[in-house]
Amino acid sequence: MQPHEPLLAVEGVTLQYKTPQHLITATYRVSFDVHQSDRFILLGPSGCGKSTLQKAVGGYMTPTEGEMRLKGRKITEPGPDRMMVFQEFDQLLPWKTVRQNVAFALQSAKRMSQREADEKAMHYVDKVGLSKFADSHPHMLSGGMKQRVAIARGMAMEPDILLMDEPFAALDALTRRKMQDELLKLWDETQFTVLFVTHSIAEAIKIGNRILLLSPHPGRVKAEINSTTDPKEAAELERYIHETLFAHETEEEVEHV
Amino acid sequence: MSEAIAIDFGQRAAGTRPEIFHNDVEDGKELTIVDQKLSTFEMLYREPWLRKLAILVILACIWEIYGRTLNNELLFPTFTATAGAFFTSVLNGTLPSAAWVSIKVLLTGYAIGIGLAAVLTALAIASRIGTDFLETMTSMFNPLPAIALLPLALIWFGLGNASLIFVLVHSVTWAIALNTHSGFLGVSRTLKMVGRNYGLKGVGFITKILIPAAFPSILTGLKIGWAFAWRTLIAAELVFGVSSGSGGLGWFIFENKNMLDIPMVFAGLLTVILIGLVVENLVFRTIERRTIQRWGVQN
Repeated sequence: MQPHEPLLAVEGVTLQYKTPQHLITATYRVSFDVHQSDRFILLGPSGCGKSTLQKAVGGYMTPTEGEMRLKGRKITEPGPDRMMVFQEFDQLLPWKTVRQNVAFALQSAKRMSQREADEKAMHYVDKVGLSKFADSHPHMLSGGMKQRVAIARGMAMEPDILLMDEPFAALDALTRRKMQDELLKLWDETQFTVLFVTHSIAEAIKIGNRILLLSPHPGRVKAEINSTTDPKEAAELERYIHETLFAHETEEEVEHV
Repeated sequence: MSEAIAIDFGQRAAGTRPEIFHNDVEDGKELTIVDQKLSTFEMLYREPWLRKLAILVILACIWEIYGRTLNNELLFPTFTATAGAFFTSVLNGTLPSAAWVSIKVLLTGYAIGIGLAAVLTALAIASRIGTDFLETMTSMFNPLPAIALLPLALIWFGLGNASLIFVLVHSVTWAIALNTHSGFLGVSRTLKMVGRNYGLKGVGFITKILIPAAFPSILTGLKIGWAFAWRTLIAAELVFGVSSGSGGLGWFIFENKNMLDIPMVFAGLLTVILIGLVVENLVFRTIERRTIQRWGVQN
């Protein structure tokens, strides 16, 4: 791969899906590039097709127009080179323990031997601070812990890109902030590439280094901007994003973190 | 025990109610009310199996008393007479061998039923026409009591185990196929996406994701199938029990009724109940405890 070639290239992607009565256009001619070690955020109000866009990157949907290439290869179906972390807590296999959940992914996707997978799984379970719960079943964990396991599973697979679909949206505010900090810490350690979907401006600025702003109905790119860590600039950026995306909405409708 | 300390914050609290701090409330180790032992009776009463055992003992007593007051062995033998008949026939081997004959037939039918249900549900998830086929077949045959097919089965397969197995398969297949299929349909979209994310497809996807995820429904199907099969078998044997010389439990009951050995009839019925209880409460309960309860997918 050339140094300046993007890891993930999305070019003019239009996504449509059918409900019983309608053909819905979720996104319209969306283009963006994600580079190695990016923390790339898809940000927009509900209905902007950001989750649909990510599902398409995951390979669960085929674009009606345009194409997506990962490392130059066209994305056609789901695969372990793009690990998903979902918002739902039921994304862990309930019949497997925390360690087995991570190890099973390694075994079935990478054909790793049981011992090798177990060791690697334990390493990543340890990384997210859940060694004590390695042999617990998912139903005994709190929501935040389940999301940690899902993140550990995603990272253990060492995918080309980690796809996170509002992974912290169902958590309480305190846990969410803690998880965001932990995610950044993990990123500092391994510099994985992540495509992160959120509808929270604050979360986008905090987590991302680059933010794609999408307009609703259908999703179109409004801007692609860099994030900042400087608190003063962040406040300004937040105001700017707010005006760009949510200007037409009333105050009560806007969700804050 | 604890002393409330009211602190006046001056400015902030001026004119408002005083704030109260209990600085001596710590980790509760100094308290004795946190962890108290229950009385022996209460501990025993909290055991479900003990409560059920007590009910059984009381019922046996009522049975005994009624039998003795009635004093008619032909109509209603006492509990002790039944227990006596039960133990003699267990010891001389007639009851265990009759039970074994029944169980053997039952297991054969059950296994074939499971296999058939597996094929049907596999077809159903593989294609839409398979789904339609399964749905049509189950809605047609599920309400049809298996025993109603016995006269036909006797014409097709003759007097023997083949007829029994045929009605058993019929009673097992639909219940299991129906539950397994609805279990597959109920697997959450997220879990399916996770499975495909791992790159699982076809048979691997079914065995590693769908079956475990649908296991609660599959187990329900197995339980219902078992219950249907067991009742069907006893009924079928009662009516047409002669199979190659050695009859099963139903035949045991029927034969003893003909000889007016009513305590033996009761002993046979007791065995039917016992085997049903053992399978439903021991076998299936154990499977449930080891799987769906440990996984937290059922209460």
